Amino acid sequence: MGGILVYALTNEGAINKNSLGAVSAAAKAAGELGTEAHAVVVGNVGDDVAGSLGSYGATKVFRAKDASEGLAAPAVDALAKLFADNDYDYAVFGGGLLGFEIGAGLAARVGAGITAEVTGLKVDGGKLVGQRPILGDSLISESNYKGKGVLIGRTNAFEATQSGSAVAVEDITVETSEQASKVRLVTRGEQRGADVNIEDANVLIAGGRGLGAAENFQLAEDLASAFGDGAAVGATRAVVDAGWFPYAGQIGQTGKTVAPKLYVAAGISGAIQHKVGMQGSENIIAINKDSNAPIFEFSDLGIVGDVQKVLPALTEAVKAKKGS
Amino acid sequence: MKIAVLVKEVPDAAVEKRIDPSTGRLDRAGEKNLNPYDQNAIEAAVQLKEGGAVPVEEIVAITMGPEGAERALHKAVSLGADRSVQLTDDAVAGSDVVATGYALAKLIERESPDLVLLGQQSDDGESYAIGAVVGEFLGFPALTQVSKFDVSGSTITAERQAEYGYDTVEVDLPAVISVSDAINEPRYPSLKAIMGAKKKPLEKVTIADAGIEADKVGAAGSKIECGNFTEPPKKAAGEIIEDEDTAATVEKIVAWLDERKLI
Ligand SMILES: Cc1cc2nc3c(=O)[nH]c(=O)nc-3n(C[C@H](O)[C@H](O)[C@H](O)COP(=O)(O)OP(=O)(O)OC[C@H]3O[C@@H](n4cnc5c(N)ncnc54)[C@H](O)[C@@H]3O)c2cc1C
Ligand SMILES: Nc1ncnc2c1ncn2[C@@H]1O[C@H](COP(=O)(O)O)[C@@H](O)[C@H]1O
Repeated sequence: MGGILVYALTNEGAINKNSLGAVSAAAKAAGELGTEAHAVVVGNVGDDVAGSLGSYGATKVFRAKDASEGLAAPAVDALAKLFADNDYDYAVFGGGLLGFEIGAGLAARVGAGITAEVTGLKVDGGKLVGQRPILGDSLISESNYKGKGVLIGRTNAFEATQSGSAVAVEDITVETSEQASKVRLVTRGEQRGADVNIEDANVLIAGGRGLGAAENFQLAEDLASAFGDGAAVGATRAVVDAGWFPYAGQIGQTGKTVAPKLYVAAGISGAIQHKVGMQGSENIIAINKDSNAPIFEFSDLGIVGDVQKVLPALTEAVKAKKGS
Repeated sequence: MKIAVLVKEVPDAAVEKRIDPSTGRLDRAGEKNLNPYDQNAIEAAVQLKEGGAVPVEEIVAITMGPEGAERALHKAVSLGADRSVQLTDDAVAGSDVVATGYALAKLIERESPDLVLLGQQSDDGESYAIGAVVGEFLGFPALTQVSKFDVSGSTITAERQAEYGYDTVEVDLPAVISVSDAINEPRYPSLKAIMGAKKKPLEKVTIADAGIEADKVGAAGSKIECGNFTEPPKKAAGEIIEDEDTAATVEKIVAWLDERKLI
């Protein structure tokens, strides 16, 4: 019977951590299904790097060397070819933007069911089942596939665990589809803005669209300064895309994952893609003027109020407390 | 150029969403509205038309959904679409992502647009996938999460944020672009546009009209079944302070921090 194929995202010769997690989770599920998990990398990835996927449980690793890394369409071509040649039942992705695009394209091409934001793989009755939180994470829904299934993981949902040893890499030749011939990667991974360090901070003051304007990030900077050493400022994608804050300070699915002792979310709604990057924080305070904002559902202390009022007052109060 | 914008009607953000236990599908009763993320897609189309870098002859809003979903189309037209098309047919009820994308691709084929725009996610389905599925069925290149794009001749240069920073990607038209919510600030419709929206052409089509094969859509044509809904372990609800007197509020915050030795 067909096994599981896992797409491993790479950049500058390194495999994405979420892809390693996906390989580990798929290998475990494959064991329960009595089948194997294979992995595929796209682009000119070194033998050692690609072969190291074996250490996470992949029993075979394929490489589509000539296909362009960082684009979905060539990867869909590669995965579709492997599906045709090896009759896999399932494809698993670690998530991320490309994971979503490739998974969706593949599902359409091979006629599979697709589940996004999967947080757990389960084996039931000899079949793979995808578990996914829905409705603002208030319920877990299980996806059962009538035939083939494509499961796209949520960022940080799968942990990378070593369970095997490196394997040889098999190169494959892939025919380019019409879609793939019409897309070109001009630049990849451009860093925008200053290089800020948020991963080492004990206290993170994160600002969102609710700050209202780029210059209001000063309110967050002031509060961070009041906390002193070990405090830094971070941001949501919305404000990074708007140019209010450097990309290096972005927290979430396409940014950094952080887990400080204290996380203060100022004017942040709490979208899933933000939550996945900060929910491991020890203490979460949210300041938001909308009492229905999702952020309040996973914060320890919620302030329903205006950041323009609360932040400056809090900065003064922290300074006073520190001075006393 | 001709632009097709995909729009969807979703439960209003203020409505508590729940699963109907009898069908295992989202209970779609209650207030509904145009998916907020689709407003970014319409706005992007309208800005392209107004911008003048390429002549835009027509913006067509397309939806697949029950009878009432025409409200989403009226809204789309009030925001700048010239006309709209609705696939409403009992046969498509219960379609999964791939079946929905297939049906939408069939609707798009009838229009032969140069550009297909859509939102980054539906507020209820949240699969982030329709764009890529539609592109695959049409044989068009597809990009999601685009936060900026320019059209020059028959090429689109698009920017988006992926795992490692910003990527710049070029695609040849016709193409499918799903826009991120950071791409623009959708405008409010004018009163005149709201009043005029119902007078703009709205074409209702069935699966037969669109050449959609019945066995590829609806619950029967779908490859997935969702069920066994369970509640995840809940994090204990946090303390909430309504900020009425800011001095008192920050005093409470400092005490809270102090208690946890965070200050
Ligand atoms: C594939 C993908 C990847 C993504 N990656 C990321 C990522 O890495 N990181 C990320 O953050 N997002 C990411 N997003 C985007 C995410 O979905 C949200 O759009 C984003 O997190 C919203 O940012 P925000 O909270 O700043 O803005 P909004 O959602 O607009 O929220 C602003 C909040 O501020 C509040 N507010 C407004 N004014 C005030 C005031 N004066 N005082 C107090 N509160 C106020 C509002 O009530 C609102 O809740 C991604 C999305 C997708 C689809
Ligand atoms: N039934 C539908 N009719 C028209 N457009 C849709 C439909 N479902 C989803 N879309 C479009 O696809 C986008 C992404 O939705 P999703 O993949 O469900 O998160 C939405 O923002 C819409 O633009």
